[in-house]
Amino acid sequence: MNKATSSLGRSFAAHAILATYTIIALFPVIVIIVNSFKSRKAIFRSPLSLPDETSFSLVGYETVLAQGDFFLYFQNSLIVTVASLTFVLLFGAMAAFALSEYRFRGNLLMGLYLALGIMIPIRLGTVAILKLMVASGLVNTLTALILVYTAQGLPLAVFILSEFMRQVSADLKDAGRIDGLSEYRIFFRLVLPLVRPAMATVAVFTMIPIWNDLWFPLILAPAEETKTITLGAQVFIGQFVTNWNAVLSALSLAILPVLVLYVIFSRQLIRGITAGAVK
Amino acid sequence: MSTTGISKRRVRWHIAIFLAPAVLVYTAIMIIPLFGTLQLSLFREIDQKQIFVGLENFRTLLGDPRWSETFWNALGNNSWFFVIHMLVQNPLGILFAALLSSPRLRFSAFYRTAIFVPTILSFVIVGFAWKLILSPLWGIAPNMLDAVGLKSLFAPWLGKPEYALTTLGLISVWQFIGIPMMLIYAALLSIPDEVLEAAECDGITGMQQFWKIKLPLILPSIGIISILTFVGNFNAFDLIYTTQGALAGPNYATDILGTFLYRTFFGFQLQLGDPNMGSAIASLMFLIILAGVSIYLFGIQTRLRRYQF
Repeated sequence: MNKATSSLGRSFAAHAILATYTIIALFPVIVIIVNSFKSRKAIFRSPLSLPDETSFSLVGYETVLAQGDFFLYFQNSLIVTVASLTFVLLFGAMAAFALSEYRFRGNLLMGLYLALGIMIPIRLGTVAILKLMVASGLVNTLTALILVYTAQGLPLAVFILSEFMRQVSADLKDAGRIDGLSEYRIFFRLVLPLVRPAMATVAVFTMIPIWNDLWFPLILAPAEETKTITLGAQVFIGQFVTNWNAVLSALSLAILPVLVLYVIFSRQLIRGITAGAVK
Repeated sequence: MSTTGISKRRVRWHIAIFLAPAVLVYTAIMIIPLFGTLQLSLFREIDQKQIFVGLENFRTLLGDPRWSETFWNALGNNSWFFVIHMLVQNPLGILFAALLSSPRLRFSAFYRTAIFVPTILSFVIVGFAWKLILSPLWGIAPNMLDAVGLKSLFAPWLGKPEYALTTLGLISVWQFIGIPMMLIYAALLSIPDEVLEAAECDGITGMQQFWKIKLPLILPSIGIISILTFVGNFNAFDLIYTTQGALAGPNYATDILGTFLYRTFFGFQLQLGDPNMGSAIASLMFLIILAGVSIYLFGIQTRLRRYQF
């Protein structure tokens, strides 16, 4: 009996701690979204209540959609993230396969060289990257961002994927070779499908910092046509600081798409992370 | 390479083809610019010409009081920022992971998903959301404190030099706690059941089991998290920039190396941008991060005991 009460108490404590922190984690997000649907008066008078008939208002959203081209920003962010992610996964997997599958001179050195980037942030090269982009005329293009993010994501991708590719059975690959498959086919047909969980992990860890980055869009592509959603929201809010309806609506517009995507994919994301880190 | 001798094997082109795209992009966009930054820090623009000045920029940065004061202030603030993460983010992350990993806990998927939500949000959202909530104008924070009778505790935390940096550190912890939580959670799940069953047979359960069995087994993961936190913190910029602007107010109380680099390189208000001094700051950040990573790799990681199952 003693044991049963203690385990009940422990599980109660666990729920209390986790639930408290869950409220802390979600509270700011909920406050922002709820208030974005209220009139200016209601935002100030009762910030914690839900909008009702009298306080419901979409004036903030009207301002935002009239002033800022949020659809364009969103599209830019999507293009940059998807393109960078594709390159990171494809190039990263190819390099990881070369490093894990073949013995050649300089293999270890090449692995260390590529892993260096995990520890040294690419931001410290900004000064020279900007010069490079200016010289090649890529400033204010999405290509510049895609190139930078691809380089930024590759080290971790190569590192994680090569760990996983070492576990793919050698017999399977040799069977493929006996059947006359080329090395490229072995990679694309046999190995890639087998490391899919690891690819999911890499995708998660690559995607979040790219989507949320403010530094490189601010420096490399601040033009109106190439603004990402993060930069667009930052600039917009800077201009409309005193218009609380507009600020709250802009924040909600930036939160909602990510939140919806996250809720849809959270199961896969979490499975990817936990499967990837296991051993 | 000219192969004069008869090579026994044919050239395996596919290796080169597999490696080429990654190595090319990585070298061109990451490694060469990094060395470019290091090189630029050794030059100075005099009469619109880049002149080699050796370590003169670093001497200015560390010796000239106008520069060195800002630099040490930024470094000190950055270190405190890191300390907050190590003291709050990582222990809390481990606690949540330990609670979540206990079997038969209901709603654990919900908690896990919810606690990870701030991590997917961008700095811009996080910065402004908290700025609004803590704002004395709007009054959410004072009203909530009032509700529990603690209104006297309220202060405009982001506006006071003595609180601003700690407040920002805690906001950053709020945002990123999902990452240590997930990594530790994954590490805890990978502990084989036999080990835990054996511990239970010996009567080691509950808290004792966590301290004596699980914690030693997840130490390598904690090490990785610490070093990721270190690299992330000494590279931080976005949160401070969105909430306090490039001047990192009030009165530089929240200035860290990233904002100092940005201001120096691009200039602000009346001061012109100076790419060479900016590169000198970036090079020092490079050295600090390299030193931290080396201490971890050679001093700590080699001493961690690893267990294989």
